[in-house]
Amino acid sequence: MMEQLWLIPALPLAGFVVNGVLGRRVSKAVVHTVAIGTVALSFLWVLKTLSALMPLETAHVERYGTWIASGSLEFALEFAVDRLTAVMLLVVTGVGLVIHIYSVGYMAHEGGYYRFFAFLNLFMFFMLTLVLANNFLLLFVGWEGVGLCSYLLIGFYFLRRSATTAGNKAFIVNRIGDFGFSLAMFLMVVTFGSLDFAKVFPAVEKMPVEAAAGVVTAICLLLFVGATGKSAQIPLYVWLPDAMEGPTPVSALIHAATMVTAGVYMIARSWPLFTHAPLAMDVVATIGLLTALVAATIGMTQFDIKKVFAYSTVSQLGYMILGVGVGAFGAGIFHLVTHAFFKALLFLGSGSVIHALSGEQDLRKMGGLRKHTPITFVTLVCAGVAIAGVPPFSGFFSKDEILLAAHHHHPWMYWIGALTAGITAFYVFRAIFLCFFGEYRGEGRPHESPPSMTIPLIVLAALSLGGGFLPVPHFLDPVFPAMEGQHESALVFVSVALGLAGIGVAAWFYVLRPGLADRVAASLGGLYRLVYNKYFVDEIYWAAVVRPVVGGSRTLLWRVMDAGVIDGIVNGIGGRARDAGRLVRLLQSGNIRSYATWVLLGSVFAIIGMGLAGGLR
Amino acid sequence: MSQYYTSTDHFVLIPALMLALFGCAVLLFDFLIFPHPKQRKWLIVFLIIGEIFTGAGLWRQQSFLSSYGLNELTAFNGTLTIDGFALFFNWLFVLLSVLVAIVSYRYLEIENEHHGEYYGLILLAQCGMFFMATGTDLITLFLGLELTALSFYVMVGFLRTQKRSNEAAMKYLLLGAFSSGLLVYGFSLFYGLSGSTKIVDVADALAAREPGDPLVVLAMAAVAVGVLFKVSAAPFHMWAPDAYEGAPTTITAFLATGSKAASFAFLMRIFLGPLESARPTWEPLLIGAAVLSLFIGNIAAVTQTNVKRLLAYSSISHAGYILLGLIAGNETGLIGVAVYVAVYAFMTLGAFLVLVALRRRDLIGEDIEDLAGLMESSPGYAVLMLIFMLSLAGIPPTAGFIGKYYILLALIQTGHYTLAVIAAVFVAVAIYYYFRIVRAMFVSERKETAPLASTFGIKVALAVSGVLTLGIGIYPDPFLRMAGFSLIR
Repeated sequence: MMEQLWLIPALPLAGFVVNGVLGRRVSKAVVHTVAIGTVALSFLWVLKTLSALMPLETAHVERYGTWIASGSLEFALEFAVDRLTAVMLLVVTGVGLVIHIYSVGYMAHEGGYYRFFAFLNLFMFFMLTLVLANNFLLLFVGWEGVGLCSYLLIGFYFLRRSATTAGNKAFIVNRIGDFGFSLAMFLMVVTFGSLDFAKVFPAVEKMPVEAAAGVVTAICLLLFVGATGKSAQIPLYVWLPDAMEGPTPVSALIHAATMVTAGVYMIARSWPLFTHAPLAMDVVATIGLLTALVAATIGMTQFDIKKVFAYSTVSQLGYMILGVGVGAFGAGIFHLVTHAFFKALLFLGSGSVIHALSGEQDLRKMGGLRKHTPITFVTLVCAGVAIAGVPPFSGFFSKDEILLAAHHHHPWMYWIGALTAGITAFYVFRAIFLCFFGEYRGEGRPHESPPSMTIPLIVLAALSLGGGFLPVPHFLDPVFPAMEGQHESALVFVSVALGLAGIGVAAWFYVLRPGLADRVAASLGGLYRLVYNKYFVDEIYWAAVVRPVVGGSRTLLWRVMDAGVIDGIVNGIGGRARDAGRLVRLLQSGNIRSYATWVLLGSVFAIIGMGLAGGLR
Repeated sequence: MSQYYTSTDHFVLIPALMLALFGCAVLLFDFLIFPHPKQRKWLIVFLIIGEIFTGAGLWRQQSFLSSYGLNELTAFNGTLTIDGFALFFNWLFVLLSVLVAIVSYRYLEIENEHHGEYYGLILLAQCGMFFMATGTDLITLFLGLELTALSFYVMVGFLRTQKRSNEAAMKYLLLGAFSSGLLVYGFSLFYGLSGSTKIVDVADALAAREPGDPLVVLAMAAVAVGVLFKVSAAPFHMWAPDAYEGAPTTITAFLATGSKAASFAFLMRIFLGPLESARPTWEPLLIGAAVLSLFIGNIAAVTQTNVKRLLAYSSISHAGYILLGLIAGNETGLIGVAVYVAVYAFMTLGAFLVLVALRRRDLIGEDIEDLAGLMESSPGYAVLMLIFMLSLAGIPPTAGFIGKYYILLALIQTGHYTLAVIAAVFVAVAIYYYFRIVRAMFVSERKETAPLASTFGIKVALAVSGVLTLGIGIYPDPFLRMAGFSLIR
């Protein structure tokens, strides 16, 4: 039976088309009604479809036709829903809807209103295509599409140079990842002769698990290169903090809740491949863990409120990658869901603060805001306890599942993960204390945000607090392979204790003894500067990669290859063609008798030619 | 109904009857019902009604074939055949005629030559095209060819006060008559060889003869030259640049798409019908014509400054590509020919339509320089033109790429590697001159400030060609299935 799954992405696409074509001419009210309306309808259609398809123990596939057929290779236009996709659909349309509503208040005073909503709708279309796709090629279309929208929205304030630079950085860094993804697809076509999930995964199930590196390991590692780009993992995480140049709702939707988790989703979706490549799994888990730790330490030292949360996103994505890397696919997706709630809330809350302070993002110029913006304060604390892993709030459940799975895999992974959890609690509450406690250190009059912004905050706060009770891992059981091993409950206390300790230290540093933090920072000296400057990674990339590439392009590629060789060849061909063209032009005299002569000559040649070919006697 | 005109005959003939009927009626209406020049736009509505009736006839034929699972339906004792091939081309003709008609109104007004005959001639030309795609008898095919050509002679010279238009019509007429003479001479030899005008009988008669029989070679050469002239393949292309440049731009569009597609239908009917058995004899000739068309079309286009002339040479080179599909001759190649002809029609029509919009009261708008800065003044038109140019150059994700891909694939499948390499090399040359237009639009400084002569009709027609050009490129499957249905079985 058809459930018309195509409507789910088509509705936001319709919103994009309407706003893109007519948005300039109609009022703001019409623009956001169309944008929110289409996303809301899409959300309702998801609910209707899922309630009709439940319990959804096997995937529901809908085929709309052949997209490309070339020889034996065929790519179908197919959408599929299984339980994993169901979870993703609910997160994307649900959180997406809330953020669309929030944007009405946040973007009220900004130019390019219709452009913003049109791009946001286009993003929803590509993201939903990504999660609904039933083959890697269609998934890649969504993957590239969300990248495009991300680029367009990071550079939304295109008159600001830093914004366009950040957009370019995101786009170029993602190209590196996407190159890996495309290589993985080529390798899959060569190995399995198809990119359909329904063909690749059963084929790989029949293969033995690779003890040493092999073709499946290569595919998985190349896919993971794609994931490090999209999901901001070491070494390609550098674009995400800069991406905060975009409007805050964009940071919340694209750079926290949905797009950046595409890499996690893709790895979870490809679990049959990854479970056959334990080597690749180890790489995934190690990179994830390392990213979680490194990004968390950077987050401790930043003063731009959005940068703090950006590094926090990188760090939390590291947790998810760690989860899927140690084989706890369900836990990784669970953390993806809870993270979508509390991280979207953190960003929207910080957006509300920035809105209240008319654009101020520096934590050192905030303070004491809990009196001025009480709703924002309370909801941000909700997000804080959720991300810090305080039981019984959402982050506690999902993070602990990942950490316990990591412990089962390698105990040292657990300890680094738990330490990171402590650091996480510290930097989140550092930001909250700097922002809402103490004396107000800025100018201007802070004010609470309009209801269109606070209501989404409250909704997300409720989800952040209670989201841990959603039975996501249990729901996902039929999709993923079962995890063996028992949980050691003692470990739970360790990570919770570390989290609470992080909150305590933050309170001690920034509420009880203000000024202590600066002294500690000063005493650490070089180490602090190293972390504060983000380990100089951007500078290293600049010196090691960007400058040589740009320099090489300027001299070798541009001056020598392009201007010399290629232009030479092109101008040569063009010039020769021009000369030949002049000759041909001579034939085209405009004189009709000469034309007739040519026809006649041609006929004579035709007869002679055919006679020779046919063996005229 | 007597035995000379059965109900099947009637059923098959309906689309042509409708076209002829409405074509004549337009001529009458022009001075009986709509005498005032301002009322002439109603003739367009009337033409569209005629096309709807024609389409209904085609639709009934198509559903008849599919509901009875038939491959073909012959009528008039085997002189007309409705099959997938005929239907595919006739649907194309309906679409092209409507698109050309709806853009002509403002253009002809600007040229001060808005007369009702114009729409009548379009319908009559299409009636001829019906017979060119549907005929399976030498006489029917020839009559169709002449009806189309005669209508076009008049339409090319429709701008009576312009020397250029008159000269173009005269050249087209004289050379057309010359080539028709050659063609009909070949046909008469066919008749002499077989004693019948039906192409099935001619095919049997030719197959029975030894290869290389001088009479067969002579007949074939005459026919081939006549047909190659009609599709403007080199070295019989000389008329095309002059006729394309001189004709009213709307008619150039129709000549380059509708007439060309019909000529290729005609060519396929002949070469895949009676001449299929003699493939070894005519293959070298077609290879020569194809390669020469690629060479002359692409090389001569490089130096052109008039866009209509440039597109004329580009159309010569596209004829070369289409011939290559016929040379490959396997299923991929024949699907490729159908795909290429239709795709070529959409993108070429689109490119000419942009030129139609550029024609304003005091500006001819045919030189590459007239396109300068179009991106700045009319970004919508510039982007559409970019799509058409990309497609003409054969760059994905446009329809033109799908067409070239099928032709090249067929050449490689059948082992014509040298031809495939030659075809690919000329793609590179083609990019050079198509991008001269693109560069003018996007890089050059804007010169003209007068707004484009854009009417509702032009917008609709451009939207249709743009959507088809891009849509077939992105999602080719439904279209490829339609083209597969068009194979002559």
